[in-house]
Amino acid sequence: MSEALESEQKTNPQGDPITSVAAPKSDAKKDPHAEAKKQKVVTPEYMFLEAPRTKEFITGSEAAKEAVRRSNVDISIAYPITPQSETMQLIGVLYGEGYVKEYYRGEEEYGVMSAIAGGSRAGVRCFTATAGPGTLRGIEPIASWPGHRLPAVCMFTCRVVNAPLAIQPDNIEVSYLLNCGMIVFHAENQQDMFDFILAGFTISEKNDVTLPVGVCCDGFFVTHARGYVRMQDRGIKLPPREAWRGAVPVLDAENPPARLSRDAPVQKSNFMAYNIHAVWQQEVWAAVERSRKYIDKYMGGLCTAENMENADAVIIASGSAAAQSREAVRLCAEKGMKVGLIKVRSLRPFPTHELRDLCKNTKLIVIPEFNYVGWLAKEVATAIYGHSKAKIIAGPHVYGGQSMPVELIVDEVESGLTGKKSTNVPLSAIMGTDVDQAAMGHFMRSI
Amino acid sequence: MSTTPQQKERIIVPGPAGFHPPSAAQLGVMLPDPGQGLMYGILEPKEELVIEEMAKKMLTSPNATLFPGPLVLWAWNEHAVQKAKAVLEIAAQIPDVLIIPMPDYRPKYPKIDPEEMINPNHPNLTIWGNKIEACIFIGVHCHYANLTLKMIRAGTNCCTMAICAEQGHEDAMLTIRDSDTAKLQRVAQIFKRVREQMGIKVQADGENVRFTGTQSKVHGGKTHTNPLSFTPRATDLGSAAMFGHKAEHMKSEA
Repeated sequence: MSEALESEQKTNPQGDPITSVAAPKSDAKKDPHAEAKKQKVVTPEYMFLEAPRTKEFITGSEAAKEAVRRSNVDISIAYPITPQSETMQLIGVLYGEGYVKEYYRGEEEYGVMSAIAGGSRAGVRCFTATAGPGTLRGIEPIASWPGHRLPAVCMFTCRVVNAPLAIQPDNIEVSYLLNCGMIVFHAENQQDMFDFILAGFTISEKNDVTLPVGVCCDGFFVTHARGYVRMQDRGIKLPPREAWRGAVPVLDAENPPARLSRDAPVQKSNFMAYNIHAVWQQEVWAAVERSRKYIDKYMGGLCTAENMENADAVIIASGSAAAQSREAVRLCAEKGMKVGLIKVRSLRPFPTHELRDLCKNTKLIVIPEFNYVGWLAKEVATAIYGHSKAKIIAGPHVYGGQSMPVELIVDEVESGLTGKKSTNVPLSAIMGTDVDQAAMGHFMRSI
Repeated sequence: MSTTPQQKERIIVPGPAGFHPPSAAQLGVMLPDPGQGLMYGILEPKEELVIEEMAKKMLTSPNATLFPGPLVLWAWNEHAVQKAKAVLEIAAQIPDVLIIPMPDYRPKYPKIDPEEMINPNHPNLTIWGNKIEACIFIGVHCHYANLTLKMIRAGTNCCTMAICAEQGHEDAMLTIRDSDTAKLQRVAQIFKRVREQMGIKVQADGENVRFTGTQSKVHGGKTHTNPLSFTPRATDLGSAAMFGHKAEHMKSEA
């Protein structure tokens, strides 16, 4: 073997240099952290609103990696689970390159999420990712993050959680996250994944927010597929976390014993005045409310609206269902139906006021989802009740790894507008004033 | 959702607001932008007007009290010391004012001494115990200030005010933001001007801070003291400065 071949840089399938293997002798003096050390800190305003971007064709996992590269992350803790494993493996590459200061594999998800809590309480910027059963295994510490006022970003690459266990796409786990008190975003594609993670750190650490951010996506559709992502130069990064500016003091690690629990006696119901826990919960949700202005500023809003003017019907969707819905809008136009699309980007806080405004004159709303329970439809119906007379079709739904044929969505729009009976959505999942009461009665008698 | 200057109806007013009233955020109150303040839940574009209202309330309400928090009570660094001095300058402008500290956030069991301190887990006890009808929080971490303000609004008739180093507090009846040392000193000057306009005089010897019962016992039975006679300073041993903390690390610290 020639000397030139021996000194060739080893790379992983993504083209990243593998730094965990012994470097060839000729490269002995090369600093694997050299590029990371040259990164310049820029303000969030420059990063999100001004910095020029270039387009690359990458997977969602790679988009997450590139977001973390620019996020000045202090610690990232991994535990493998499909379809997230590749993401945290790529974060490990960043650690090798010096972009992430600490990185290790936890015992399992409960340990990972608890360690993230410790890192955040100690005042450093934390990132992790999990999926499906991992989310549920870690849900106890995850649900305690907001109450402890712990800024962090966790990526959830959603998949089946129910038995019989499967690794296929299904975003039912989002419903478990919605009522934790954390901020929850739902990424449609690789671009969202990049943008939401990067903005998530900035929003999470604002003093009046000081909450964890969950960035969800539909596993495989986003993590493993490639898409175009416009990214800022990898030579810039966000400012470091200023933990002393948080809404709570950081962990006093210099004076043991340091307790991970915040104000331990408050958590002992036999000692506490119940008022304190009640206002504590109010405060967590008040902080969720306060994040709205930062989501508007750094992400361009809690939702986006397309093709809404004079629309006969509106499709409301989040995550991958938004991508399918966009194609459904095009097919509907070919059939002569003018249909708008509202893509919900932030599930917590929820764009209640935006939806009330956008849907006030809408006659039909169709809400396709990648789960059985229809958590988004329930959120939408709750938000616009009394503010819109629209008929709401909570469907179509696919789950357990099914893909969402665009025609399913088109069928629901068509049946909703024409009165044709739906073959995919039960009458019990149709809400609103235009529901055929006779058909509903028949349905109710038949069950 | 926004709090607009056009809204006339006061939203956040002295209570008791109820057994467990909605938070100010649930009522649609949003935090002010730099240079602005909140007056009874309504956005006030000129923070100076909010400070003037603070002065009027503190100068006319029974048992007006300053509640300094850990960020100005402990000499973390020279910046914290300077802020503590500025807090005492504010106290110097309020005749008969009480100063009751919130030294930390741990629940105090088995029994709180409401004259000695206030605590975010049961702040209503301190308000009730001292019959306080106006108070200012300075130097409390925002999360704990918000807990405290919610509980006081729910269960007492106290007019709460928050002078915050960060974004302000929507659950306070009056609040200003970005309060560094210079702004605290400006607050003291505005208090002085309002006091003089109202024809209220301070003690000739400057002893206008009223001791609580506990404080009086510690000071040999004295009832009042001159706040400017105290000289806060960073201690050499055990201070955060020992660990490399510098003033610039905490420039906006409350």
